Amino acid sequence: VTMRSGLTVAPGAAEGELLALGESISLWGAVDRVTGRITAPTHPQHGQSITGRVLVMTSGRGSSSSSSVLAEMIRSGAAPAAIVMEQTDGILALGAIVADELYATQMPIVVVSPADRAALAAAARARIVARESRATITLVTAAGGLRPGA
Amino acid sequence: MTTLELTADEAAIAGGAQGEAARLAMRIVTRYGAVTGAPRLIPISGAHIDACMYHGQASLDFVDRLLELGGKVAVPTTLNVGTLDLLHPELSRIDEDQRDRGRRVMYGYARLGARPTWTCAPYQEAERPGFGEDVAWAESNAIVFANSVLGARTDRYGDFLDICAAIVARVPYAGLHVEENRRATVCFDASDLPDEILAGDLAYALLGFVIGTRSGSAIPALAGVAPGQSEDRIKALGAAAASSGGVALVHVVGTTPEAPSLEAATQGQAPRWTHELTLSDLRAARQTLNTAAGSEPQAISVGTPHFSLAEFGQLASAVKDAGADFTLPFYVNTSRYVLSQADDRGWVEPLRSAGATIVVDTCTYVTPILGPDIRVVMTNSAKWAYYAPANLGIGAMIADLDSCVASAVAGRAIEAEGGLFP
Repeated sequence: VTMRSGLTVAPGAAEGELLALGESISLWGAVDRVTGRITAPTHPQHGQSITGRVLVMTSGRGSSSSSSVLAEMIRSGAAPAAIVMEQTDGILALGAIVADELYATQMPIVVVSPADRAALAAAARARIVARESRATITLVTAAGGLRPGA
Repeated sequence: MTTLELTADEAAIAGGAQGEAARLAMRIVTRYGAVTGAPRLIPISGAHIDACMYHGQASLDFVDRLLELGGKVAVPTTLNVGTLDLLHPELSRIDEDQRDRGRRVMYGYARLGARPTWTCAPYQEAERPGFGEDVAWAESNAIVFANSVLGARTDRYGDFLDICAAIVARVPYAGLHVEENRRATVCFDASDLPDEILAGDLAYALLGFVIGTRSGSAIPALAGVAPGQSEDRIKALGAAAASSGGVALVHVVGTTPEAPSLEAATQGQAPRWTHELTLSDLRAARQTLNTAAGSEPQAISVGTPHFSLAEFGQLASAVKDAGADFTLPFYVNTSRYVLSQADDRGWVEPLRSAGATIVVDTCTYVTPILGPDIRVVMTNSAKWAYYAPANLGIGAMIADLDSCVASAVAGRAIEAEGGLFP
């Protein structure tokens, strides 16, 4: 178990299996908001579901509507457990902020260094605790789960 | 998170002095501002709302909350496309419940005081922001057009921030509102591309796709194209770059107002890198977008982003020259305002009698309007070709407008002279 730290874009606590995207994604126009599956036919992880995963990608891209799609996925339970990125993406931040305001449901978004993003991509699971400004990421490199309180 | 300093007036709004909707809007604007690292808020002169399309219950819940709390926009505000063509609701193949939800979101934002423009091309309306004006525009193609072509200043806003900014008439001072953040950091040089390719419209959609793919969220400059390119070409280029990447501003040297020269676009600094564009870049882009390569088109769709008046003129003359009706379904997406102007010029009736279907308020790539059996569509839009396969399960082929018309008449893929390249 190793710890990393990051900057909080949206607060919250979550744990899940990691899904490191080979290519950043626009939640609108490339993901089915109901099933969570990646629908963009050219995406390297086409067909995989982002629901409940700790989603790792470099940056945001594409549509402004991704804010709406993320808020809706948080409401319905189809959202990722958390999103970890190298660059802050305001469009995704808005989806998380509005879901928090409307439904009092938090989905953490954290920005980390390129080296830490690479470390995440190699791990199996992560627990994210994103407080006001700083976030802690606990990685599990082998399948087997986190120790309680780790 | 950075501390955002509020003025006394702003603190009063945050405290509820202008009502509960403004209090909620200010809380969202300031939470977002903290994420962007803005030191303060700045006033805006207008807003364009992308949040008026239905994306599930959250879309309705948000607009309903603002309405319940008595929300009203405080600056001139336009609306992006919605889920359906409200003038021709029968065009949308969605059930009555989805139609009702789409309608409620679209009218909900109008009730908040926004003008019912329902277009992704608010820059084609009668009034548009001037050079240097700060605005809050959402919708990726509208953002890149406002920044690049108009020289107005908007950050790459998502849904919700757009309406919240319109209600409090302010945005965080961050991102592309800040002069030094507008400088091009990467450069594309089209000098080696053949003139006959750059003389056609299709090149600009493909250039945009290449630029977006390679730039990510950096700010690109494009050099080496002839000065004074049309707004429609930069519209196609920007829309493509904002789909394949996160581009919110592209400087086209000799065309866009902050790029009289490459040095001006980069604010005198050296770009991180320069990419020499080649014909193989454009071919590769076309190959990626041609998800239905080798098939025959079953329909044509143009007007993504919404067709402009100049494009209507171009289409009307192409249809006149063809001298025959369409044998394939032909869809044109546009706004009510541009449609009425084109109608005044006598361009709409001949298109309809040739068999064109004109769609307003929405777009054929966001909602099922094309017939249920249509699996392959020809379009002149890189944005349409990029999103339609995932949204609609339709394969696309990209060609210029003349080829779209010729193919619609012939009922099979036709390469208009000079329209396509190997």
